[in-house]
Amino acid sequence: MSELIKEKNQLVFECETGNYHTFCPISCVSWLYQKIEDSFFLVIGTKTCGYFLQNALGVMIFAEPRYAMAELEESDISAQLNDYKELKRLCLQIKQDRNPSVIVWIGTCTTEIIKMDLEGMAPLLEAELGIPIVVARANGLDYAFTQGEDTVLSAMAQKCPDSPVSLGDFSARAGTQSVPARGQSPLRDQRSPGGGLHPCDPQSPEGLKGPTNAHNPLSEKNKPLSPLFNAKKNSKLVLFGSLPNNVATQLSLELKRQGINITGWLPGQKYVDLPSLGKNTYVCGINPFLSRTATTLIRRKNCQLIVAPFPIGPDGTRAWVEKICETFGLVPQNLEERESKIWEGLEDYLKYVRGKSVFFMGDNLLEISLARFLIRCGMIVYEIGIPYMDRRFQAAELKLLEKTCQKMNVPFPRIVEKPDNYYQIQRIRELQPDLVITGMAHANPLEARGITTKWSVEFTFAQIHGFTNSREILELVTRPLRRNQNLKSFNNFGEKLVKVEKNF
Amino acid sequence: MKLAYWMYAGPAHLGTLRVASSFKNVHAIMHAPLGDDYFNVMRSMLERERDFTPVTASIVDRHVLARGSQEKVVENITRKDKEEHPDLIVLTPTCTSSILQEDLQNFVNRASFDSDSDVILADVNHYRVNEIQAADRTLEQIVRFYLEKAKKDPTFKVDKTEKPSANILGIFTLGFHNTHDCRELKRLLNDLGIKVNEIIPEGCSVQNLKNLSKAWFNIVPYREIGLMTAVYLEKELKMPYVSITPMGVINTASFIRKIVEILTKNNDLNLTVSNPSEVISNSEFYINQQTKFVSQAAWFSRSIDCQNLTGKKTVVFGDATHAANMTKILAREMGIQVVCAGTYCKHDADWFREQVLGFCDEVLITEDHTQVGEMIARVEPSAIFGTQMERHVGKRLDIPCGVISAPVHIQNFPLGYRPFLGYEGTNQIADLVYNSFTLGMEDHLLEIFNGHDTKEVTTKSLSNDHNFEWSKEALEELSRVPGFVRGKVKRNVEKFATVNNLHSITLETMYAAKESVNA
Repeated sequence: MSELIKEKNQLVFECETGNYHTFCPISCVSWLYQKIEDSFFLVIGTKTCGYFLQNALGVMIFAEPRYAMAELEESDISAQLNDYKELKRLCLQIKQDRNPSVIVWIGTCTTEIIKMDLEGMAPLLEAELGIPIVVARANGLDYAFTQGEDTVLSAMAQKCPDSPVSLGDFSARAGTQSVPARGQSPLRDQRSPGGGLHPCDPQSPEGLKGPTNAHNPLSEKNKPLSPLFNAKKNSKLVLFGSLPNNVATQLSLELKRQGINITGWLPGQKYVDLPSLGKNTYVCGINPFLSRTATTLIRRKNCQLIVAPFPIGPDGTRAWVEKICETFGLVPQNLEERESKIWEGLEDYLKYVRGKSVFFMGDNLLEISLARFLIRCGMIVYEIGIPYMDRRFQAAELKLLEKTCQKMNVPFPRIVEKPDNYYQIQRIRELQPDLVITGMAHANPLEARGITTKWSVEFTFAQIHGFTNSREILELVTRPLRRNQNLKSFNNFGEKLVKVEKNF
Repeated sequence: MKLAYWMYAGPAHLGTLRVASSFKNVHAIMHAPLGDDYFNVMRSMLERERDFTPVTASIVDRHVLARGSQEKVVENITRKDKEEHPDLIVLTPTCTSSILQEDLQNFVNRASFDSDSDVILADVNHYRVNEIQAADRTLEQIVRFYLEKAKKDPTFKVDKTEKPSANILGIFTLGFHNTHDCRELKRLLNDLGIKVNEIIPEGCSVQNLKNLSKAWFNIVPYREIGLMTAVYLEKELKMPYVSITPMGVINTASFIRKIVEILTKNNDLNLTVSNPSEVISNSEFYINQQTKFVSQAAWFSRSIDCQNLTGKKTVVFGDATHAANMTKILAREMGIQVVCAGTYCKHDADWFREQVLGFCDEVLITEDHTQVGEMIARVEPSAIFGTQMERHVGKRLDIPCGVISAPVHIQNFPLGYRPFLGYEGTNQIADLVYNSFTLGMEDHLLEIFNGHDTKEVTTKSLSNDHNFEWSKEALEELSRVPGFVRGKVKRNVEKFATVNNLHSITLETMYAAKESVNA
């Protein structure tokens, strides 16, 4: 057997030269501006950045997107112009034309090199303009592709309001009931005029009494609804990661079935809906590339991170739900049946992939989760290339990968961090995998050499999360395989034609 | 700083990469941060290229910022030299790396000691030139490099081909219909009895650059790229060049006449054909035949179809070559009124003005697409001829648009034969013009006569018999489904509800339905 697919009994991590192809992290503006409807993204960079966005975003660019380039010119680079004044001029124009609720500045390689102090300027300009400014350094010096979203979300996390200490939703509601005359609390008015998340008005003695009074009626009142948060009444759950709205709804429903209510999303549909965060907030990521955001949530916002596999594929979704349930001390209901039902529904696709081999060249950090799902589908994964591997944030996912390999009795894949595309192509030549998941730069040349490929960027833009969308992943993965089957008859037909001609 | 959403010409290094990767066996290395190699994606996608794009990046990351590239660039060059054995490696800075002000020339010098390939540094300033200018310059730089190298060889001498021959300069990757144009030019020259000596840079090996001198003269089909090289060759080797673009019937004729002039008049090189009068009369006969019978464009101008276009208003925008020639074709050959002609090639504005003088009412020189859009909205032409951006402006304003110039999308890299130059090119252009206008006319007539009567399908679908109660959220979700599949989704959900005896449809029902349907 080839050196490359030798049996291993544990996950092997390697690191190569980092000469690989991926998208620049500023590409995150393309999906984030669509997700956060009242935002405006200003990319402060050069023509190179602009031309990349223009080409990568394709048709979107013609739809008057809520993003623009602040294109740096020679006079900016040589500091003949004042950065602050220039940015102020542009932001004023944006405010006038679009009136967004937030302007996100995306720092690029150039602003890094000329050391433009975006973080320093933002608060000053914010005060002057009256629009919040979020600074994210999503540059190619430090990050790859989807990590751009990570930098934006981690910057945004710091803008989330702090949630009141130690008192959660339910006691809050009860608090309002027992203390009706609490209108003067400034904090409450500001935060939520109707519900009153903040039960305790320090000025009023009743306020302090509120929660204690509330406990009994609350648990009774809540019981018939669900065993919700029995163990940790005061905790809230906030999910982080940007998903299309309907996928977010699907995941919320999935948790609701288990009696778990999601208190908020980072990011929500609107910037003004940023969730409040604090000590009693549990947070859980839905994408594998959000390690910086996770760190910020833990360290800056004192949230508690639920380290779970990611809800990609039915196996991942189930493990994700289970882990959240476990954290809240709930026993998951009907989850196993639900998973097996989804698997049943996938059978027509599974027959295409069983026993086939895959090679991930690596460019968007979804690779571990996708590989884990594909192994569970019966595929053999030779190599998982990945730009960056956070073994702490992905710990549960890696564990599930290990378990899945053992369960399916396949060799452990090698995980190659910062891969070298040139060497990878040599390995692909040797291994001749049935499917290579790769960027567009290599897809056509590989196809021309008889290697079947799937364009990896599609996994970033397609809806792949939750039980409902498992089909979507397989739809993508099997498409080239199905195409091959359709073409086979065409190619045979071609051969026949050639033969017929020879006979003449 | 300036606020920008869209740009017509890309950054400088892209021009360098386009030229370098068009040559055979030339490898380009960019000194760039991760993600700047999207040129490979563009080439692989737009050109549907079968080979790996010979461009790699020497990645600039945090370590490079802190300590400089040190050995990294040199190592990457020598590594590529060993792996791919290219004839030439072109190192190109990007706008990011050029601010680092590292002495890349020094790296190039060091790397060329250790490698068998030649190594040069692309001489482009990212903050002063754009993609087009950089491509022009890089082509000249490579040609100069190899001619000077050849000259050092004591045996080097300029020997011309026996029969008249020409070089075609400036055919390269991601150019607008370049490969088709090249084929058409070759055919044209072949018809005139002129041999094609070398075509650069597309498919040319740098080893062949020393043969450039063998040709009698040079042809520069597009003024944006190749002109610098032609001027250099004229100065160095006294080679005359033709820079008339053979686009449209009239220009193609003057292109041919210019070539004949070079072949028959005494020039610096004392190269003339032995039978000048015969060549002249032959070429005139050829022009006549082609114009009358091969090209349908001259006939098209006389036909009733084209008569209907008389005095129609248009707007033209694109690169200097295509916009200027298109303006002339529309005005001179089809009698269409060009209200405004414009180009984004600011560096070539004077030439452009001179060319379109008298063929249009106003001239617009700008790199700002919003200015172009506003101009179009103000003029309200019946058709636009421009780039992809103008096509989208047209869509918004409901004006048809023919794409005549880069920047372009994948549909402008057609598989079929679609030259813009030469006699076949005139046919293609006539089709393009005519189709743009008639479609506009058709739409207009449809509107007058109340449009197609298929706007709303009133057929009752199966599930309409039941009365389902759609919850507000579910309806909202349904409204987010793209219009063309919404009906199908709705039917499927209701079918699912019927089967499961559900009366009200909630979000959960919708997703459950989606999971159950295998389509």
